[in-house]
Amino acid sequence: MTEPVIEIHNLAKSFGGLRATDDVSLTLRRGEIHALIGPNGAGKSTLIHQICGTLMPDSGSIRLLGQDITTLDAAARAQLGLGRTFQISSLAPDFSVLRNVMLAVQGRQRSSFRFFGNVMADRSLTDPAMKALSQVGLETRAAIPASELSHGERRQLEIAIALALGSKALLLDEPMAGMGKDGSRALTDLLDVLRRDTPILLVEHDMDAVFALADRISVLVYGRIVASGSVAEIRENPEVRAAYLGARP
Amino acid sequence: MNRETAFNLVLAAVLLAAPVIAFAANEPFYVALATRIAILALAAAGLNLALGFGGLVSFGHAAFFGIGGYVAGIFASHAMYSEPLPFGLPATDQMPVIWLVAALLCALAALPIGAISLRTTGVYFIMITLAFAQMIYYFAISWPAYGGEDGLSIPVRNSFVGLNTANALHFFLICYAVLMAALALTWRIRDSRFGMALQAARQNEVRLAAVGIRPFRIRLTAFVLSAVLTGLAGALFADLNRFASPSMMSWHMSGELIVLVILGGTGRLFGPVAGAILYVLLEYALGGMTERWQLFLGLILLGVVLFARGGVVGLVAGKARYD
Ligand SMILES: Nc1ncnc2c1ncn2[C@@H]1O[C@H](COP(=O)(O)OP(=O)(O)O)[C@@H](O)[C@H]1O
Ligand SMILES: [Mg+2]
Repeated sequence: MTEPVIEIHNLAKSFGGLRATDDVSLTLRRGEIHALIGPNGAGKSTLIHQICGTLMPDSGSIRLLGQDITTLDAAARAQLGLGRTFQISSLAPDFSVLRNVMLAVQGRQRSSFRFFGNVMADRSLTDPAMKALSQVGLETRAAIPASELSHGERRQLEIAIALALGSKALLLDEPMAGMGKDGSRALTDLLDVLRRDTPILLVEHDMDAVFALADRISVLVYGRIVASGSVAEIRENPEVRAAYLGARP
Repeated sequence: MNRETAFNLVLAAVLLAAPVIAFAANEPFYVALATRIAILALAAAGLNLALGFGGLVSFGHAAFFGIGGYVAGIFASHAMYSEPLPFGLPATDQMPVIWLVAALLCALAALPIGAISLRTTGVYFIMITLAFAQMIYYFAISWPAYGGEDGLSIPVRNSFVGLNTANALHFFLICYAVLMAALALTWRIRDSRFGMALQAARQNEVRLAAVGIRPFRIRLTAFVLSAVLTGLAGALFADLNRFASPSMMSWHMSGELIVLVILGGTGRLFGPVAGAILYVLLEYALGGMTERWQLFLGLILLGVVLFARGGVVGLVAGKARYD
């Protein structure tokens, strides 16, 4: 068995008296989609933030491809290959859609200290960016400002950015939210293809998508993982049905 | 050619043509006025790099303007009496050498000031840059060797090979050339990879970090470059007035530079030029009519902030767009 891409041990994070992450251990393996589900406020986004380095845990450790990244900042983790999307889209709103992706290409190339040369005429930036945009189906929207995208399109753009970064693991925080039926179906297909190259930790409320995609599901309630297993195991688990699935028919 | 480029060319042409005509008509006052515009535009172009493209509201850029001014003044006075400079540097009145020293000193000052100030954001950044500038201001006025509160006069303007800097038009052309070079540099930087990262840092630093680029280093580099350009303007300003004054470092000056950038159009390439033209002409026109011309300037600024956020360039060329 190969070593996991992401390995989290005994992670804990409190906001004042609130235990948002309570002794969480979790792995993401090569080739898999690991879904993280749980009611609102369970601490899913907080966990993603800690893996990406936008929040620091109180204790516990996070490894990426065997390397301890617990104390690295968000930029360092991104350089090591952690790509993510935000639950609330986080883009450069004035930039065109294409420029938003080019920024990630530039980040991957670590070439931000070049002071000359027009970026828009630079094929080594625009070509990979266009490729990532066509992967998510946004190529026709390349020239418009990111602020003019619909909610669903912003999600797609964030995924394109993570792809352009050359991510070794993807952390997606509710990527289907705000997408229509067709949109989520297209995204489901895309994620199904992506997992071959890049394992995905998927936070998602859309149960159709989760059941269609997930190799494993972990259920987070009040900061704790209360169950973890295959789709079938989670569907059958009475505790999960009561705590979560039952509440959302 | 889009509207903004056309407007920029018009501004560049007018700023060049006006003093040439004034000189031919034997009106040196207007040549000096245009020189003042060019120099303030250069100082504001420096600030625009940090404030306009990077969103860093520095309320301390007068410090760099003043450092440049004092470098010009100190070199001029040493060259006058052929005294060697501190650190055994030979005295010279050659502008390119003076500019180089001014640029280096401004970079050296901006590095720690930026490194500390950039740990903060928003109002705290504004306040801490102001505090640093005030420290340098008080240092200047308590330094008797170079004039203290009286400032430092420059009996003979520093020189430039092949030109007569005492000639108003020659000196204008030097300032104009430096301004255009600075704007060309700003233009290249704006469209470069560095410029893209800098403008992304202004919009959303979390996004920038998420693609593996540290906002801090990008901003610090921009802050230092910005200080260098403003410092060059300071050196020219002292030569223009034949005087390096501590008031060049006062917070009024920092505020004036911010006003120039906002009036002209924040983050627009020729915003500082438009801002400086408008500011100096208002100062000249209103200053002749009333002592309280700054009150009217305040009202105009209020109007810009409330109704024309893109400043003059925004009014003429519309909102900035990134293709
Ligand atoms: N920065 C913060 N400060 C204080 N409390 C927070 C903060 N971020 C999240 N929380 C709280 O932590 C809990 C988990 O939030 P979150 O991770 O966003 O949940 P989920 O993504 O599962 O809906 C919630 O109760 C939320 O109010
Ligand atoms: Mg959430």
